[in-house]
Amino acid sequence: MKKSLALLAALAALAVPMSAQAHRAWLAPTSTVLSGDEAWVGFDAGMSNGVFIADHAAMNLDGLVITGPDGATVQPENLHRARYRSSFDLHLTKPGTYRVANVMGGVVVAYTVDGTTRRWRGAEADIAANVPAGATNVAVTRSDSRVETFVTLGAPDTAALAPTGKGIELAPVTHPNDLVAGEPATFRLLRDGQPAAGLDVTIARGGTRYRDNPEEMTVTTAADGAFTVTWPEAGLYWINAAVRTPAADGQPAASAQYNGVMEVLP
Amino acid sequence: MRKLPLALASLAAGSVAGPALAADLNVSVTLPRLNVAAYHRPYVAVWIERPDNTAVRTLAVWYEVSNVAEGKDWLKDMRTWWRRGGRSMTLPADGISSATKAPGTHAIRVPGARLSNLPAGDYVLVVEAARELGGREVVRVPFRWGAPNAGRASGSTELGAVAVTVTR
Repeated sequence: MKKSLALLAALAALAVPMSAQAHRAWLAPTSTVLSGDEAWVGFDAGMSNGVFIADHAAMNLDGLVITGPDGATVQPENLHRARYRSSFDLHLTKPGTYRVANVMGGVVVAYTVDGTTRRWRGAEADIAANVPAGATNVAVTRSDSRVETFVTLGAPDTAALAPTGKGIELAPVTHPNDLVAGEPATFRLLRDGQPAAGLDVTIARGGTRYRDNPEEMTVTTAADGAFTVTWPEAGLYWINAAVRTPAADGQPAASAQYNGVMEVLP
Repeated sequence: MRKLPLALASLAAGSVAGPALAADLNVSVTLPRLNVAAYHRPYVAVWIERPDNTAVRTLAVWYEVSNVAEGKDWLKDMRTWWRRGGRSMTLPADGISSATKAPGTHAIRVPGARLSNLPAGDYVLVVEAARELGGREVVRVPFRWGAPNAGRASGSTELGAVAVTVTR
C-alpha cells in the first residue's frame, strides 16, 4: 500500500513538469495536395506555444518515418536542424498519399537516489544500465508520441495510413488530404490499435499571431474512437490528443500523445 | 464494285439519322480581359455535375500542355475540379485537354455521341478558372439533358459569361 502511494506521488510529480512544458509539437508541410508526375514538399518541425510559429525549439527528428503510397519507406532529403525548426524535403515520385511521421517510443523513469529525485529517458531495455541499483521510488512510464502529417500527389489513397498498432494513431474516415472549409470531417483515434474512446481532442488553426482569439476547438472521441470536426475556415490545423494510464496488473504506467497536422483548403 | 455504292448509301443514311436523334451540348466560356501587371492565361476546367455536386464527366481542361515537365503542377489550383475528378484523370487526354486560351469567348461543342450514355435529367455545367498570380472562380449553370434548353450565368472576377445550350 505504501509502495503504491509512493508510486502515485512520483507519477504526480512526473505529471507536473510534463504539463508545464506544454509546448506543442508540429510538423508542417509546405503543401499537401499536389498535381503533376512528381513533386517536392518541404517540412518544418518544431515545438512552440503557437502552432507552426517557429520560436522555441527545433524538433529532434530521430524518429522520422515516411511511408509512401505503396507502403514502402521513403527517405527524406536536405535534412537540416536550425535553431527553432528542423526541416527536410520529400520528393514525391509515385501518385498517392504519403504519411510523414516522427514517432518516438521509450520509457521515462523517475527515481530517488541519495535523497534527490531524478528522471531518466530512454529505451525500456536500458533501464537496468541507467537507473542505479540503490534507487528508491522507481516509477516507470512507457511513453509513445507521434507527430505526423500527410501529403498526396494525385488522388488520395490509404495504404500509407494503415495503423502500426503502437501509441495513438489516426485512422481516416475522411481522408486527411481531402478537407475543405465548411465541410465536416471524421477521423478515428486508436490507441495501440484499439478504438480510443473518451479522448479530448484539441484542434487549433495556425496563424494565431495575426488574430487575437486562438479559436481552438475541443471535441471528445466516441466509443469507436471517432470524432467529427466541421472546419470553420481554410488553414493549417493542428490536432492533438493525449492519454495517460496508471500502472496496473504489473504493467508500468503509460502515456501516449498524438499531434497531427492537416491542411484545409477553401 | 456494285456493292460499294450500296455501302456508301447506307453510311450516308446513318449519318443523316445520327444528328437528328442526338442532342448536342454547346458551351461558351468568356475569359475576361484583365488589366493587371502580370497577366497569365488561366487554367480552366469544364465539367458536368449532378445537382448533388457529384461529378459526371470532364469536358475540357485548358492548361499549359506544352510544358511537359511542369504544366500539370498547377492543375490542383482548380481546387473544386481537382477534388471532384481531376485528380483521378490522366492528362493530357484526347478531346479534353488543350492549351490555355486568350481572353475572349470560346466555344466547346460536345457531340451527342460523346454523351450517349448520359441519362436524361437535371445537371449542372461547371466552369472553374485559376490564374497564376490571380484568383480562382467557379461558375455553375444548371441545364437539362434530354430536351432543348439553355442556361447562362456569369462570373465576376476570373470568368465572364458562361452559356449552355442543349440542341435537339
